[in-house]
Amino acid sequence: MTENSKIVQRAEQAIEKKAAYGRDIDLSSFADQSEQHNAIDPQEISDQQKKSLEAIGVDVSGANRSGTFMQMDHSVVHCNVTNDGVEMLSIDEALRRHGWLMDYWWKAVQPDADKYTARAAIHQEHGYFIRALPNAKIEFPLQACMYIGQEGVVQDVHNIIIVEEGAELNVITGCATDPVVNKGMHIGVSEFYVKKGGKLSFTMIHRWGEEVVVRPRTGVVLEEDAQYLSNFICMHKVNDLQMYPTVRLAGEGAVARMNSILVAVPGSHMDIGGRAVMDVPGTKAELITRSISTGGIIINRGHLLAGAENVKAHLECHGLLLQKDGVIHAIPELEARTDNAELSHEAAVGKIAQEEIEYLMARGLDEEEATATIVRGFLNVNIEGLPESLQKEIDIAVNEFSFGKGA
Amino acid sequence: MLKIEGLTVAVNGKQILHNINLHIKPGEVHVLFGPNGTGKSTLISTIMGFPKYQVTKGKIYFHGEDVTNMPVYERAKRGIGVMIQRPPTLRGLSVSEMVEICSREKVDIEKLARYVNMTSFLNRAVNDGFSGGEIKRSELLQLMAQNPELLLLDEPESGVDVENIALVGQAVNYILERGTNGFERESLKVRREHRHKAGLIITHTGHILKYVPADVAHILFRGTLSCSGNPQEMLECIGHQGYEACVSCGLLEVRA
Repeated sequence: MTENSKIVQRAEQAIEKKAAYGRDIDLSSFADQSEQHNAIDPQEISDQQKKSLEAIGVDVSGANRSGTFMQMDHSVVHCNVTNDGVEMLSIDEALRRHGWLMDYWWKAVQPDADKYTARAAIHQEHGYFIRALPNAKIEFPLQACMYIGQEGVVQDVHNIIIVEEGAELNVITGCATDPVVNKGMHIGVSEFYVKKGGKLSFTMIHRWGEEVVVRPRTGVVLEEDAQYLSNFICMHKVNDLQMYPTVRLAGEGAVARMNSILVAVPGSHMDIGGRAVMDVPGTKAELITRSISTGGIIINRGHLLAGAENVKAHLECHGLLLQKDGVIHAIPELEARTDNAELSHEAAVGKIAQEEIEYLMARGLDEEEATATIVRGFLNVNIEGLPESLQKEIDIAVNEFSFGKGA
Repeated sequence: MLKIEGLTVAVNGKQILHNINLHIKPGEVHVLFGPNGTGKSTLISTIMGFPKYQVTKGKIYFHGEDVTNMPVYERAKRGIGVMIQRPPTLRGLSVSEMVEICSREKVDIEKLARYVNMTSFLNRAVNDGFSGGEIKRSELLQLMAQNPELLLLDEPESGVDVENIALVGQAVNYILERGTNGFERESLKVRREHRHKAGLIITHTGHILKYVPADVAHILFRGTLSCSGNPQEMLECIGHQGYEACVSCGLLEVRA
């Protein structure tokens, strides 16, 4: 039996398996097939589409990017790369070209983890493959865009990023639905491997339609001295989003930093976790979440697992409730399996302090402006080592929200 | 500039200030003495308009306009600026962003920051981990940018070490257009004649008066303005006899 048929076989066993967290989704309520889309030039799409792409960090001109991958529903509609140090392909093309890719295929995420991974293993339609060659320092980010353009369709993709030894790579992933799409589902399996001394900065911005259900399934493996910086931003309505990305710090000196900025508007349900598994001495992790509810529900999970000596990690969930009918539920978990680990967490959930608003009002801001300023400050998580271009994308999203144009 | 008539103020239903009358004219600096818990901060906070302080009787006029029920930010826009004793920490908002928020006109933030020795704090979150003196300097930097016509200061010298009190005084003078430092254009005489900035300063120790010349002092005792006079003279009187003397003065007034 081939490697792939073993994977499919495992997946078939799990096709009904409920996920550990999140509402159980009836996959049959979404369309399996989508119409085929022809290749497009991102510069020739409609202004409205351009706008929705820009809102998720996509540089439509591509001028400040080292490459662009775009997938609409089940079709790869654009893929080009302008830097010799990096490879970017549709994952199917990559599997055809590189036999060795099977060594990474379903190694960081299990195909039988739940019905969503199972579905992706069986029905998967494309996804991207990005590989930074050894010691390549890719200055401009690569961008990948996952777009749902057809009402009611389920998009299931499988992505792999490999950062070879000593390489540095920035990736911006934007996920969105077309303005006309209301309902849909996105299942995204992502497996990231950062080799010795490599560095991956990964920013993901989500902006979905109102009735869209999202199940990302992400596994990251870090080798010796590898660094992984991740930012996840979702500030717009999404029907139901559940994910629990797991980073395995498998080499001495590996460092992971994960930040999430979440806004749940009325009708949104987000169940967002983050896990760092530190089985090797001298590894470090930091997971930070800023959540705001304007009436929606946010469950914020986090798990630090220290299985080796000299491990240091911090988990932080801060939540701000801007409306009384919202819910923010922080569930931090610290698990030390050695006596020489330093794990900490900090969680605070509440409303904006009245005295902070009054302080700003005494400086001339009205109540609304004062609230927006505090919210913006709250969401302003500065990440050490984050490239300027990525920080810019985050700042734009945060500003847009806190000044009332978003949400 | 500021006229307070028959002001009675309650906090959480408890009356703190009783029938306060106060008139501050343009160009005047008044100081407010009084023991702890007597209502000094309540008076300043009520003038600024913080919602916790409920005016149950009386009026506050600023430049002839009744501001008694005006929201805080409207008063700020009209030219009232305050330094409260313990401002909150604003995480995620830098001092320089805060200074920008305060500025009604374009200001040179770097230059103002140099004036109060705050240049290295411009990128720090407002009040985050600041010492007592740093908080005062940061507040004064904001107020220099805000440039209010009426400056309300709640114990500007508290928590400030001796070296920094001079710096605090200098910044207060800058805002009030007093003192002799930091002005290039006009002669001191012209400036003294034309200045219209006014201030109300709460002070416990009176140390600030060494740097900031004040015109009138008031004693607030048990929620009542019990007497007014020359700041130095009154400070000496308090030094010698304590506030208990106010009780007997109050009794004399009642008898009269």
